[in-house]
Amino acid sequence: MLPHPYPDETAKGAFAVHMADALISPSVGCTMWAASACAIAICSRRVREEMDDRQIPLMGVLGAFVFSAQMINFTIPATGSSGHLGGGMILSILLGPYAAFLTIASVLVVQALFFADGGLLALGCNIFNLGIFPAFIAYPFVYRPIAGSKPTRGRSTIAALASAIIGLQMGAFGVVLETTASGVSALPFYPFAALMQPIHFGIGIVEGLVTATIVSFVYNARPDIVCGRQAQAATHGTPLKNVLLTVLAIAILTGGVVSWFASEKPDGLEWSIKRITGTREIVGNNTRLHAFLAGVQKYVAALPDYFIKKPAHPAAPQSAAARAKENAQKTGSKLGTSVAGIVGGALTLTLALFIGLVLKKRSAAPSA
Amino acid sequence: MSHHVVEARNLRHVYADGTVALDGVSFRITHGESVGIIGANGAGKSTLLQHLNGHLSATDGEVRIGDIPVVKGTLREIRRSVGMVFQDADDQLFMPTVRDDVAFGPRNLGIPPHDVETCVADALEQVGAAHLCDRPPYRLSGGEKKRVAIATVLSMTPDILVMDEPTSGLDPHARRQLIAILKNFQHTKIIASHDLDMILEVCSRIVILSDGSVMADGEPGHIFNNSELLAECRLEMPLSMQGCPICSRPA
Amino acid sequence: MPSIAAAVLEIKQLDELARCDSPIHRLDARAKVLVAIIFCGTVMSFGTHDLSALLPFFIFPAVMIARSNLPPLFILKKMAFLCPFVFIVALFNPALDRTIVVHLGSVGISGGWMSFFSIVVRFFLTAGTALVLVGVTGFVAICQALEQMGVPQVFAAQLLFLYRYIFVLAEEGKRMSSARELRAYGSAGLGIASFSPMIGYLLLRTWSRAERIHMAMRARGFDGAFQAPATSHFGKAEMMHLIGWTMLFAFMRAENMSRLLGTLILGSLS
Repeated sequence: MLPHPYPDETAKGAFAVHMADALISPSVGCTMWAASACAIAICSRRVREEMDDRQIPLMGVLGAFVFSAQMINFTIPATGSSGHLGGGMILSILLGPYAAFLTIASVLVVQALFFADGGLLALGCNIFNLGIFPAFIAYPFVYRPIAGSKPTRGRSTIAALASAIIGLQMGAFGVVLETTASGVSALPFYPFAALMQPIHFGIGIVEGLVTATIVSFVYNARPDIVCGRQAQAATHGTPLKNVLLTVLAIAILTGGVVSWFASEKPDGLEWSIKRITGTREIVGNNTRLHAFLAGVQKYVAALPDYFIKKPAHPAAPQSAAARAKENAQKTGSKLGTSVAGIVGGALTLTLALFIGLVLKKRSAAPSA
Repeated sequence: MSHHVVEARNLRHVYADGTVALDGVSFRITHGESVGIIGANGAGKSTLLQHLNGHLSATDGEVRIGDIPVVKGTLREIRRSVGMVFQDADDQLFMPTVRDDVAFGPRNLGIPPHDVETCVADALEQVGAAHLCDRPPYRLSGGEKKRVAIATVLSMTPDILVMDEPTSGLDPHARRQLIAILKNFQHTKIIASHDLDMILEVCSRIVILSDGSVMADGEPGHIFNNSELLAECRLEMPLSMQGCPICSRPA
Repeated sequence: MPSIAAAVLEIKQLDELARCDSPIHRLDARAKVLVAIIFCGTVMSFGTHDLSALLPFFIFPAVMIARSNLPPLFILKKMAFLCPFVFIVALFNPALDRTIVVHLGSVGISGGWMSFFSIVVRFFLTAGTALVLVGVTGFVAICQALEQMGVPQVFAAQLLFLYRYIFVLAEEGKRMSSARELRAYGSAGLGIASFSPMIGYLLLRTWSRAERIHMAMRARGFDGAFQAPATSHFGKAEMMHLIGWTMLFAFMRAENMSRLLGTLILGSLS
């Protein structure tokens, strides 16, 4: 279940596992795009090699199915809020990992292009978070082992629940990692994760339940649909070892590159931490948010720092006043350029609009 | 010419769940004949049609197109001769534009691009849909979709045209247009339909299927006047042959 | 159901716009796709607090909209539904980062607000460009361009199939959903218990449809591989479009045009 990516009054969830261009840095964006593009290429070749031309219409039509199903809401019992189907797990079960990944990716492309859902460059992150984790981790390592090739209703439910929860947890975690590694948003890692993970745990439970009920409904009517893929996978068998190694390689590559970039910019994460502690002293603000975050930061400072190998500048014991003076000096020198920047910015915006209007009139005139 | 003959010999088809869909169906259709296949729902019409282009393989008996048996190895040739139009046009129009759909078949046959253009233009001309060339399928009306679906098959210049419920879902005008198109075709036509009036207009021979067997095979006039037979097969006379509903005058 | 119908309508509207004629529409799709990608990459490469340097980039969507006769209000209206996630995450910035970086008269603007607006501007630029790209190119042409530029054929075919059948599936989904809603009598009837079988049934019908489509494809000689994609012409106009915009983006990236202009104006005034 994912909160609604489309404008819709009934959707109450505001958090989404969808990344946006605005929140990622070019390095993170490009890395994730490279990973996703590789995955698309590998899966395309794999689907082609399987030489099952039934897959071609199936992938297209099931993609359209997921796209449509995502727009139909259901109310979640006890909470009263509405949710909708994500579909990643269902696709993996019905199509197998390679075809399912391509299908998920294609749906995300349509959403990105038509619904301003994040943007073109965050698409790489989205395809990775929402495609790789359900299809290549949750499905082969959680769903298949639990469900087996001929699942009973109980096992199927447990398998769907577990795989949906784990898949979504990883997807959400991916968003947290990408956002914090980019450093565009000021959200620090631990509070962000503390917010995202529990929410998506709940979402995962609902998605798992819905997936399980749908799969059992389909299984009763046409067991060949559900079991066909499992049996085929069992006979052809990509050795799980290969899948594991590939996933591990991608994870190491992306993790390594991302953390390398993050370490080059300690500001990305430390910056926000330092800013918070620094700001609190300067402004003397005692809002609850600050107090909470300050408390978290204190806790965080004691934990090992996973993302930054070494702070670029050691935390020198500067007094708050000295730091404030330093900041003021920095900002003071920026004042002149900043004002010019703002004035110029407003002007360029107006100019852009003006040019657009003039061109529009000119292109309209000759045809009139 | 023998390659236009459609022949079924004791054709039998049993589905995986044990349902006997066809039970010893035999007939012979010669070049240029226009045959209507009628029967109740579940009589086996669609199953029979799917044998004619080799989509289903016989449990027993055989189908021959020309003198070529319909088996796995001959499918490519068979599908060159037999063009099949499905009931739901959306299933048949899967390319981004009408032009791409109509060109799909010829391209798969390996026809060179320039000749493909000619095939496409001719096929669309025959169904009166030349102006729809660059439209995406979702922008077509029901009648337009049906005509384009027929064009997608005509562009492969088949000798035999097999159609499953061609007039279903069409408004009267579109239906009339389609009937006119069908009457113009010189191909061998095999049409399965519930639209008995259309069958009466277009077909010169009727085959009635019931529970997988051929109950009758002959001229429309002869068959449609046999009320007992029709009732037994859950059919009735075409409306145009029934009496006037207002003054009760017989047709 | 409003949202399915609304979503499909939006897709159709953009598709409709792509069929119009204009100098931009006539350009080869590859040129337009490449420029859009370069644009988004350049916009994304700016620093966290850069705001004034980003504003000149609006010239690209403005010119594209104007030259292609796209209705600007339509694009803006679509953009008005700012992605809630971006908005909420971006809002944390002013909350967390209160270092004043700029003074406008007596009002101090914090780094947090600068980065908030930077995020908002970036969103409008990149997501807006995506919409404009579809509006002047059309989804089908974009997919074909991608295939020509190296995207695997299986994936490009998948995109086209998906696009084709969204309309069909959305129609079916809408009908089933309406039927369910009409018998729901309050939200109790719209729970998972009614959702799952309905979606399950839709799934079964979808699977059957896929089998029929497969039958239709094989009946017309399909053997697993699509034939070569349509060729298109990448000529002088396309080269000029590509090189011209790329150079402008590079220049605007290197130099803060807003600051330049502002300094010029302020300098001439004083």
